[in-house]
Amino acid sequence: MKSAGEDTQRGPVLEASGVTMRFGGLTAVDGVDFTVGEREIVGLIGPNGAGKTTFFNCLTGMYVPTAGRVTYRGTPLSGKPHLVTKTGIARTFQNIRLFPNMTALENVKVGRHCRTTVGALSALVRGPKYRREERETEARARELLDFVGLADTSDGLARNLSYGDQRRLEIARALASDPGLLLLDEPTAGMNPQETQQTKDLVFKIRERGLAVVVIEHDMRFIFTLCDRVAVLVQGRKLTEGSPGEVQRDERVIAAYIGTPAGSEQS
Amino acid sequence: MSGGANTPLRRLVEKGRASTATARTATLLGAASSLASTFLAWSYGSAFPGDLTIYGYPGGAQVHVLVLAAVAIALLLIEVSPLRRVVTPGGVGGTVRVLASGVFLITAFTVLAIGVELGGLINVEWGGWVALVAAAVFAVAARLLPADRPAVWSYRLPDWVEFLVIAVVLGLALAAFVQALAIPEWEIFLCYLVALGAALAAAWRLGLAAWISAVGARHRGVTVTAAFVVAAAFPFTQGSDNHWLNVMVNVGIFATTAIGLNIVVGLAGLLDLGYVAFLGVGAYVGALLSGAAASSIGWNPPFAVTVVIGAVVTAIVGVIIGTPTLRVRGDYLAIVTLGFGEIFRITVNNLDGSTGPQVTNGPNGIPGIPDLVFLGVDFGQSHTIFGMNLGYFANYFFLELVLIAFVILVFSRMNNSRLGRAWLAIREDEVAAQAAGINTFRLKLLAFALGATLAGMAGTIQAHAISSITPDSYQFLNSAFLVAAVVLGGMGTVTGAMLGSVVLLLLPEKFRFFQDNKLLIFGLTLVLMMRFRPEGMIANKRRQAEFHEEEISERLGREAQAEGAR
Repeated sequence: MKSAGEDTQRGPVLEASGVTMRFGGLTAVDGVDFTVGEREIVGLIGPNGAGKTTFFNCLTGMYVPTAGRVTYRGTPLSGKPHLVTKTGIARTFQNIRLFPNMTALENVKVGRHCRTTVGALSALVRGPKYRREERETEARARELLDFVGLADTSDGLARNLSYGDQRRLEIARALASDPGLLLLDEPTAGMNPQETQQTKDLVFKIRERGLAVVVIEHDMRFIFTLCDRVAVLVQGRKLTEGSPGEVQRDERVIAAYIGTPAGSEQS
Repeated sequence: MSGGANTPLRRLVEKGRASTATARTATLLGAASSLASTFLAWSYGSAFPGDLTIYGYPGGAQVHVLVLAAVAIALLLIEVSPLRRVVTPGGVGGTVRVLASGVFLITAFTVLAIGVELGGLINVEWGGWVALVAAAVFAVAARLLPADRPAVWSYRLPDWVEFLVIAVVLGLALAAFVQALAIPEWEIFLCYLVALGAALAAAWRLGLAAWISAVGARHRGVTVTAAFVVAAAFPFTQGSDNHWLNVMVNVGIFATTAIGLNIVVGLAGLLDLGYVAFLGVGAYVGALLSGAAASSIGWNPPFAVTVVIGAVVTAIVGVIIGTPTLRVRGDYLAIVTLGFGEIFRITVNNLDGSTGPQVTNGPNGIPGIPDLVFLGVDFGQSHTIFGMNLGYFANYFFLELVLIAFVILVFSRMNNSRLGRAWLAIREDEVAAQAAGINTFRLKLLAFALGATLAGMAGTIQAHAISSITPDSYQFLNSAFLVAAVVLGGMGTVTGAMLGSVVLLLLPEKFRFFQDNKLLIFGLTLVLMMRFRPEGMIANKRRQAEFHEEEISERLGREAQAEGAR
């Protein structure tokens, strides 16, 4: 178990320094420094195309940054998504990426994959170790479905779930890998105010489990009432960072969002 | 009934619907005359298969008509009796319609075939024309029967009765299969297939088939065991005759390989077009270690050791081929595996001593592979079991059955484990699977190597069973056939892969036309399958959901509407 709750080690959960991502001539992320402390909820905001998701992809190994360094609790991260997940960073996607033809329970069970070890031979023989692990996986998956409030729909196919439930299922799947840091990419996109409120409560509950959370979101009210700290990304650079109050008052942030036409179009 | 346009046709149909009794009587009459017509002579010439010149004694395809019509009559009579509520809760309209179509198709085909083969319709005796008219009346009248509701047989019988049902059904399946093999003439065989198809479709319409499969699912262990017992009984139906046993051994090897391929294609979703190479590797290992005179290796270990060596070698080859190829996805993977499959064949062709080291005898292959001796049993001898002298191919058949059981075990246990879940996740969304912590490359490689290993094991048996192997037996075409068997039968199911193999290997044995136009027919079949039933004959539940998303949600919507209207 690598859950952050039992971890007594001090210092940042995530430390990214000078992360740069270039696609040919386009610099999507430019020298971003970013730190997340224990049990901290950090918001990442910025206009469309600011490089937020690209930055997430750099953190989770989907992209290998052109330059810069990312460490999780002092461990440098490799450029392989599954290894990053195993190290302790889990994520959700902007456009929900569930396994649509698997049941909700199976989706969460897949999230347990990197915390289980039985191999082909063990699966064939079905010894006591295999059975114990399957039991544990099952119990943990059900516990997580219950945690996000989907206990009743565990046997339904993921694709038949409502939109809000799909978002929550994706969070449950991410939590199944026992992460210390959860990255949520627009978790409330397309939700009504009530569902947004539920999501906010869920994120707080996740923090109570000892996790740190980074949230990308366009819903400012959601971000400013949820986060301990907010970082603003504009055109790949970190514009500012601070408490929700500070960021809200910052005129550059307002300018970046409302924008001057000439400024927002050029790279 | 809604008002709608009151066209004459509509009125006619309405009228037909309204007088169910009339339709039923007409259908009954049609069925009865169809049945009676089978006792007449249909043909003047006795050369037509089944000899249809005899009065009072149905022969050939007439028997099929007789049986189908009799079943239809029985159902129609049940429909008006108190038994109705038990046997035909949903009505018999659809069921009888299917049977009537079967009767009409068989009769029409037979009459036409008599005309064509004996040189003109003049050879059709008046009995044949009577039969045709009767069948037409039967088919048309059945169309006027009221449509039936989807029937649900939800009977729960005592366990021992259900075991008996399973035994009887499997026994009947074996009997039907043996009967099919025993028909020498293609015309009668075709009619037999039509009759069988009509009977099966009727069983579905009636709700019988769904009930039987529910019974089977309730007692899964019993069903699987019984299926193997019934399969093991097959050699006893053939006596000392080797022909069909030989064919079935080949079917068995093909099916084993297809199930192995189904792990790769059906479970992990990797289209491998060079899979037959692994069968080839296994076969060459088996041949080289068989002690054959043409083998370049003198060592002849016991067969158990050979199988293990074959499995290990193919696993290694699988990893070697898989490591570079699995870095590409989708269509590219198919192309690259196709290439590697050909590399195997060409390599084996060249390891002949002149263009490379002498290992495989090149294009000449390795002939004269001796029969197996396994656990002290000489597979080249015929043995007497239960007082019956079986052809020596029965030995291979039993061994093949054991291997199939093993492969099925591997398939289903992998499928229902952490690894199966991961494969499915990769198939569904590879990026999400990676993000969920799955090492996608390693798992794909595992599927690839596992499939290869199983094919390798089948190959070691194949080398002995066919006694002579050449590189050409492992060319691309055979890989394509394997994929066709899997797609035709059903991706991701064991029974599907087996059914696909049986169909693909047995039909050409039966139909000359198939043998000569194999590729054309399989191509056509695959195109039609893709259009009408892309999930294969026996569908994996999940695949069915993937392919028929719209229809399923439509049906759910209709049901919800009906629910609301109530």
